[in-house]
Amino acid sequence: MHRKTDNPAKNALRGALLLGLFALITTAVVAATYQLTREKIAENERLAVLRGLHELISPSLHDNDLVQDVIYVTDPELLGDDEAKPIYRARKNGQPVAVIITTTAPDGYGGAIKLLVAIDHGGRILGVRAVSHKETPGLGDAIEVEKSDWILRFTAKSLDDPPEKQWKVKRDGGVFDQFTGATITPRAVVKAVKRALIYYREHREELFDTPSQPPVEDDT
Amino acid sequence: MSELRDIARTGLWENNPALVQLLGLCPLLAVSGTVTNALGLGLATTFVMVGANLTVSLIRDQIRDELRIPVYVLVIASLVTAVELLMHAYRHDLYKVLGIFIPLIVTNCAIIARVESFAAKNRPLPAAWDGLMMGLGFTAVLVLLGAMREALGQGTLLSRLDLLLGPAFRDLEIVLAEDYRGFLLAILPPGAFFGLALLVAAKNVIDQRRARRTRETAPQGDVAEAPSSL
Repeated sequence: MHRKTDNPAKNALRGALLLGLFALITTAVVAATYQLTREKIAENERLAVLRGLHELISPSLHDNDLVQDVIYVTDPELLGDDEAKPIYRARKNGQPVAVIITTTAPDGYGGAIKLLVAIDHGGRILGVRAVSHKETPGLGDAIEVEKSDWILRFTAKSLDDPPEKQWKVKRDGGVFDQFTGATITPRAVVKAVKRALIYYREHREELFDTPSQPPVEDDT
Repeated sequence: MSELRDIARTGLWENNPALVQLLGLCPLLAVSGTVTNALGLGLATTFVMVGANLTVSLIRDQIRDELRIPVYVLVIASLVTAVELLMHAYRHDLYKVLGIFIPLIVTNCAIIARVESFAAKNRPLPAAWDGLMMGLGFTAVLVLLGAMREALGQGTLLSRLDLLLGPAFRDLEIVLAEDYRGFLLAILPPGAFFGLALLVAAKNVIDQRRARRTRETAPQGDVAEAPSSL
């Protein structure tokens, strides 16, 4: 446009320098914003996790830092997929109280359903929550605690009550209700919760004894 | 000042990015499920539009023609990243809900269209004003669509507004129908298309009515139909 000389090499150089300058300035803006918000974002993430965990294990039950007292485990068979999953441990006066297992129901109607399953030391469920899912709005999304109380019915259940064989939806001969118009979603959730209980039964001692691990670096 | 008024009319109505230019439909259709989501994304987009228009207008004499697109992309992308970080820091829950659609503001062609066709040729004040008006026009359509879908889909209005404006606004939710089972189609993507179609149709009806009225009051003048370009 302007200040254009007849020398193409000079023009190209000037353009490259100009573009480089803009790249520097815009990168500086992003970097400054990042510095400004980094701590706040990390704190938000921590609080969000903690809020989710405290819905399942009331703060009075434990005296340790749930977010820090965590190990990462991988068990494609019992925890749904081959991702490393955080397991949070709750303790009081150093004694194990409960764990919160992150698990996946891989066979939801709209894909994987991520769940938190809180289990007390004796193997009874303290609570289950769906963390993320892609189930049909108005049908399968009744697994959200905001939409219906269905997910609360797992509370106080264990592998003895109901008996392991009856950990199914009613249509499959079990004890858990399905939804009107949606069986696949509750079936997937029931199966995943049952597998989480089995995982807990098989690994109980090591789950509490393994020292905490630093969080896996999030590379997004 | 009439220049600014013209810009406002163009952005909000005559050349509304969502209803007339039909730009930025991906986020428009995807996050218009509730008023809160719609307003959140609309305001974020508006902020980026104002910032991008203002920045480009300020540097418009420095940018050479062949370099303008990469510079615009740099400006828009860094603004969007900044907005994303700020939202993550100060509106964490809303950030979670809007998810991928915040970084996708980069791909909203309405923004680069305004930068290219307006900000690159105008002084900073009108450019920023144009960004604001275009952004608000976009936001208005998003919110209207969000209201239609939320009311039909789940029988409420303004639910979870606290995600956007803070805990003081938690109780603003209006329940239109108790025990409403929800109209699934309105929440699903087709509902967004139907809703947008109705809004575009409504705008065209209003425009035609208005054109007819002007023709009746001033029979001599030749009033052209408002062109609705795509």
